Amino acid sequence: MSRAWREYLGLAVALGALVLAFGALTDHFLSRATFAVIASEVPAAILVAVGMTFVLILAGIDLSVGSVLGLAGAVLGASLGSRGLSLPAALLATLLAGLLCGAVNGALSVYVRVPSFIVTLGMMEIARGAAYTVSRSQTAYLGARVEWIAETTMLGLSPATLVALATAVLGQIVLSRTLFGRYVVAIGTNEEAVRLSGIDPRPIKWIVFAASGLLAGLAAVVHTARLASADPNAGSGLELQAIAAVVIGGTSLMGGRGSVVRSLFGVVIIAVLGTGLAQMGAAEPVKRLITGCVIVAAVVIDRYRNRREGQ
Amino acid sequence: MPAPAVLQAERLAKTYATPALVDVSVELYAGEVHALVGENGAGKSTLARILAGLTTPDAGGMRLAGDPYAPSGKAEAARRGVAIVLQELNLIETLSVGEQVCFGAWPSRRGFVDRGALRERARAALGRVGLQEIDPERPVRSLGVGQRQMLAVAAALARPCRVLILDEPTAALGEHEAERLFAEMARLKAEGAAILYVSHRLEEVRRLADRVTVLRDGRLVATRERGGATSAELVQLMVGRDAGSRPPREARPAPSGEPVLRVRALRGKGLRDVSFELWAGEILGLAGLMGSGRTETVRAIFGADRVEGGEIELRGRRRPRLFRSPREAVAHGIALVTENRKDEGLLLPLSIRANLTLARLGELCRRGFVRRAAERAAARALASRLSVKCASLEQPVRQLSGGNQQKVVLGRWLDRDFDVLLCDEPTRGVDVAARAEIHEHLRELAGSGKAVLVVSSEIEELRALCDRIVVLSGGSVAATFTRDRFDQDAILVAALRDHAGGTGTA
Repeated sequence: MSRAWREYLGLAVALGALVLAFGALTDHFLSRATFAVIASEVPAAILVAVGMTFVLILAGIDLSVGSVLGLAGAVLGASLGSRGLSLPAALLATLLAGLLCGAVNGALSVYVRVPSFIVTLGMMEIARGAAYTVSRSQTAYLGARVEWIAETTMLGLSPATLVALATAVLGQIVLSRTLFGRYVVAIGTNEEAVRLSGIDPRPIKWIVFAASGLLAGLAAVVHTARLASADPNAGSGLELQAIAAVVIGGTSLMGGRGSVVRSLFGVVIIAVLGTGLAQMGAAEPVKRLITGCVIVAAVVIDRYRNRREGQ
Repeated sequence: MPAPAVLQAERLAKTYATPALVDVSVELYAGEVHALVGENGAGKSTLARILAGLTTPDAGGMRLAGDPYAPSGKAEAARRGVAIVLQELNLIETLSVGEQVCFGAWPSRRGFVDRGALRERARAALGRVGLQEIDPERPVRSLGVGQRQMLAVAAALARPCRVLILDEPTAALGEHEAERLFAEMARLKAEGAAILYVSHRLEEVRRLADRVTVLRDGRLVATRERGGATSAELVQLMVGRDAGSRPPREARPAPSGEPVLRVRALRGKGLRDVSFELWAGEILGLAGLMGSGRTETVRAIFGADRVEGGEIELRGRRRPRLFRSPREAVAHGIALVTENRKDEGLLLPLSIRANLTLARLGELCRRGFVRRAAERAAARALASRLSVKCASLEQPVRQLSGGNQQKVVLGRWLDRDFDVLLCDEPTRGVDVAARAEIHEHLRELAGSGKAVLVVSSEIEELRALCDRIVVLSGGSVAATFTRDRFDQDAILVAALRDHAGGTGTA
């Protein structure tokens, strides 16, 4: 317990230092507007990162989340637009699209034993192609029908932010307190030992991949709401951001270790980094360069920590 | 010994979380086999690793043939003629056997590997350890455990060596392969090499060693010349108290009635035709050489591997087919303690608690949530029942000694309701005291009406523990012995039945 809190504290300090540094380096960083921008950007990333945390703890990877978000968003756009479905029906279709993609990822990687890297790389391409097909490569303007989801109400929180935070809390509880979460950690640590203990690891792994797809679908709703329109290009590059956030949060790429709360810190750190650099006038290439370095540094620190613990 | 020592270590010390080695000085002489004994956690491996350059000591120094010796790593030690074969074989599964044997010194021509020379060199090294039938082009992955062990020895001997360190080399070997290793050791010794032999098996130590050094809690307790101590004295030095000689298991009346488990005509990879019965309350030994199908039999019964055919009968009920998964086997009251606790048994970085409760975590839950107090209580009860020595149940299981790790693997099943316990090498790499405790637990389980099946490479262990012994050879049952007929030679002859020719699959 104390160790978990120490890790949270470490990440909070890093985040605080980052915020203060940008505050000192720019004139406007420490302003209400900046935080409003960050707050509107993170919910989608948080939702995807929660799913990714579970996938990485299983020692798997899901490269398809960005494209699945794009496809689910396109489904939402088409449902509300040309198909004329009601909002609840359209939302259901969106979530189902995400769930279906995740379930296919899981089935192929778990039951057919294709490495998840390959399966989800394929799904990344398939889902993006499907997104263009469904949307006829058009951005659909949805306006007020979805905008309310991302609009801040009282306390400066939008429904999107609330859903994202609730999902993260739920994810952490599932991971640390439930049988399912314990099995996920155990499988990521040593799948064969779990199997030989009389537990079938396959359904558990399958559910994790399916959940990652479902959460990408939920993220699509949030993302579409923020822009008030469904763009088939949405979410490109999101998989790397999500993996980066989870790794910055200290989840091991080797599986068996990780925390949803720490991934949450990772998402916020990446968002702050992006916004801060933009305010400093850094061009997009420079932003990517720096973000890349931060990711590599996080993995190096993780390695160092693993080695120390291995002794 | 008149000549100066080849390798001299003075006042070596190493501390991890707790002191692992305190002020240990040893000397290895040319042409001697020096045995290093002690319980797990006594510091044997730490000492071996320091001598071989794998670990840097916190204090103390070493001299090799009179020159200062502070190797920066295994490579430098090997260059200077100190080779080690580790207990955890560091083999690269994807390499070919030949590449592995010559690893670190591949013959090359203008930067390209000289495959012809590599094969020649590998063949020579393999021949020395009795692996001449193995094609150097075969992948390491395809070898069985015993063959891998010998391969590691061959790799260590591929370069000229002055000092050879063997850490538990016979743990994975059958008696036949062990003999092969001993012959090789005798040859090296005659050539003037110094051999440090780390082992738990005191019979071997007494037979092979010119001198024996005993470690306990990281300290050197005694060094004795050959014949200077009986096995009982060595055990006493190792554990610091009288471990007591175990009374042999009392003869039980011949089993009667319905067996709990009847195995019929198992066949598949490494199995030709295995049939036997297992009764409640008995401990049945499964003996055989490496590759005789022992592990395959156990894994087939447990549903861990698919096999081609065969059937089992549980409590007199015919089953339409073999178990398809461990999950199904466990649901029908079968438990397995795996052969290789680190790869297949334990969740090494996780806590002792998590490892102990893994197999029955589902019962410790309410509505999907783990009842943490109940889980802790269950783990605590198991740990004390098995007397697992640990600082805290939240400690990673990785930090435990081999014996305590093995108790954790066994403990996982104790709370579950099972009829048949399958144990594959339950005391491999386990120290004397923990081994006695594990045997005691197995006897207790049998006494309470469970049927216990024990696979072991050590006939001696099976003779001490079992009521009956089934001997496998070349994938089928060669003989069955009851307790009154246990005879080491007869068992060995049966095990060798199908091994006059080539080796079986492992």
